[in-house]
Amino acid sequence: MALTDKEVQHIAKLARIRLDGAELSHYAKEINGLLKWIDQLGQVDTTGIAPLSSVSDQLLPWRADVVNDGNQQEAVLKNAPVQNYGCFAVPKVLE
Amino acid sequence: MSANPTHMTLAEARDALAGKKISSVELTQSHLDAIARHNPALNAYVHHTPEIALAQAKASDEKRARGEAVGLLEGIPIGVKDLFCTKGVNSQAASKILTGFKPEYESTVTSNLFAHGAVMLGKTNMDEFAMGSANITSVYGPCVNPWRRSGEPEVKLVPGGSSGGSSAAVAARLGFMATGTDTGGSIRQPAAFTGIVGIKPTYGRCSRWGVVAFASSLDQAGPMTRTVRDAAISLQAMAGHDPKDSTSAIQSVPDFEAVLANGVKGLKIGIPKEYRIDGMSAEIAAAWDKGAAILKAAGAEIVPVSLPHTAYALPTYYIIAPAEASSNLARYDGVRFGLRVSEDGDSLNDMYEKTRAAGFGAEVKRRILIGTYVLSAGYYDAYYKKAQRVRALIAQDFTQAFTQCDVILTPTAPSDAFVIGENQDDPVAMYMNDVFTIPASLAGLPGLALPIGLSKAGLPLGLQLIGRAFDEETVFRAAEAIERGAGFNAAPEGY
Repeated sequence: MALTDKEVQHIAKLARIRLDGAELSHYAKEINGLLKWIDQLGQVDTTGIAPLSSVSDQLLPWRADVVNDGNQQEAVLKNAPVQNYGCFAVPKVLE
Repeated sequence: MSANPTHMTLAEARDALAGKKISSVELTQSHLDAIARHNPALNAYVHHTPEIALAQAKASDEKRARGEAVGLLEGIPIGVKDLFCTKGVNSQAASKILTGFKPEYESTVTSNLFAHGAVMLGKTNMDEFAMGSANITSVYGPCVNPWRRSGEPEVKLVPGGSSGGSSAAVAARLGFMATGTDTGGSIRQPAAFTGIVGIKPTYGRCSRWGVVAFASSLDQAGPMTRTVRDAAISLQAMAGHDPKDSTSAIQSVPDFEAVLANGVKGLKIGIPKEYRIDGMSAEIAAAWDKGAAILKAAGAEIVPVSLPHTAYALPTYYIIAPAEASSNLARYDGVRFGLRVSEDGDSLNDMYEKTRAAGFGAEVKRRILIGTYVLSAGYYDAYYKKAQRVRALIAQDFTQAFTQCDVILTPTAPSDAFVIGENQDDPVAMYMNDVFTIPASLAGLPGLALPIGLSKAGLPLGLQLIGRAFDEETVFRAAEAIERGAGFNAAPEGY
């Protein structure tokens, strides 16, 4: 199944990457090529096989519910492209 | 001691430092001089930290002079892949989107290395966000392999990827060791292309904390060195449980160097028939046979094994890795760090979309798009879940094979180093570079690459050893036996 330019545009929107016309067709072509190649996985019988999401067999560890860090405002903001009043600043969301 | 201190191995340098035959400041300065001389042509180091290096070297010499206990890498100059966050030093993952980013924290792996006395020469080049097999997707420009084809000194070759800067630096003797990271083969394939040793340890052996994430269920850090012994020493210094990484294994770190003396007598070496892929070149096949013959001569037993789902590893990887990457790379949005592109009147979404369009390169964008697609509603089961099920089968193949053998021997890469620009427009052809390394990545197993000989073109060829989970010791023992038997001592000319 081939993806249309419109579908790729929708994926780009979900991924928050702006793509223009020429770029869009380029990626649509490449992605379709890759999906065709990936489709060979359909040949593998995976009936009754549980999906493997992690090879680690240890349980996720818990830590004590205590404050172990803090007062890092300056460090957290250090690399911010724009900051105001000790916070990250972004374009206006509400008028 | 060699006339040129950069030509020693890490172990020799350690012994020379311990014997007071050289100081860390002298050793470090000789490396800084070599970097100044060779790096403009190689582009292996992309951020230089000579002040930090000399300060660390001086502190190390003083520590030694006071007779204090020293670390495993005390006074040893190393390179650090740009994927590791290093406090106050540019850490950019070779991406435009992290322009100017200077972390306020230190990755656990580099913290461990510094605690063991390592001296940081600088940050090394890589593919953008570790996505690539040729070090050509870097915002800093391609890194060049110090090796040249015989008779073609003008043709520039790739050093492999994504840890290409680390492999080129170590091969060109611009550091005794450099850190790499491996998601699908990014330590092992560049090691093969530059004639050095690289080990991707078992998933969970090294902490991922402070390493810029690509695909979290696969990423592992490891050392790249010129000898197996140096890799063993370095891995010991890097590894260990870290409470800051929930997937970090609660396992003690063995003395990897000590096991090298144990030999391979009685070990069973598995040769998987499925790795003899269609069109494998005669010289790769011959190199593989040579490795098996060396192990046999050293007292190991060669047994045929089968890994039936090998052919599906590559497409499985190219669903799972982009899926995880699309999620991990969502954090680069122009708000907290790095690049921001926004014009007057733009909405928040405009800013996200413009920042990410301008900040990511083509390979990264393609993988984010694929990853977003395979995770999207309606396709999740058909692609992502399916790939996870095939991943389970690939892992089972190894479990089955390891009932018959102790370690598996394969080639590392399907070819020797290729020309910069080759395969660039054909993603599947480029992905084929990792065809032998990806199965072990999906199964989370340790894989070590080491040089075995030279191709007809005069370039290094590598072999790979794959071990059971947390059995790096057997991998190192087999690697040491091959290294000794092969006697590979070729080096790139002019370094």
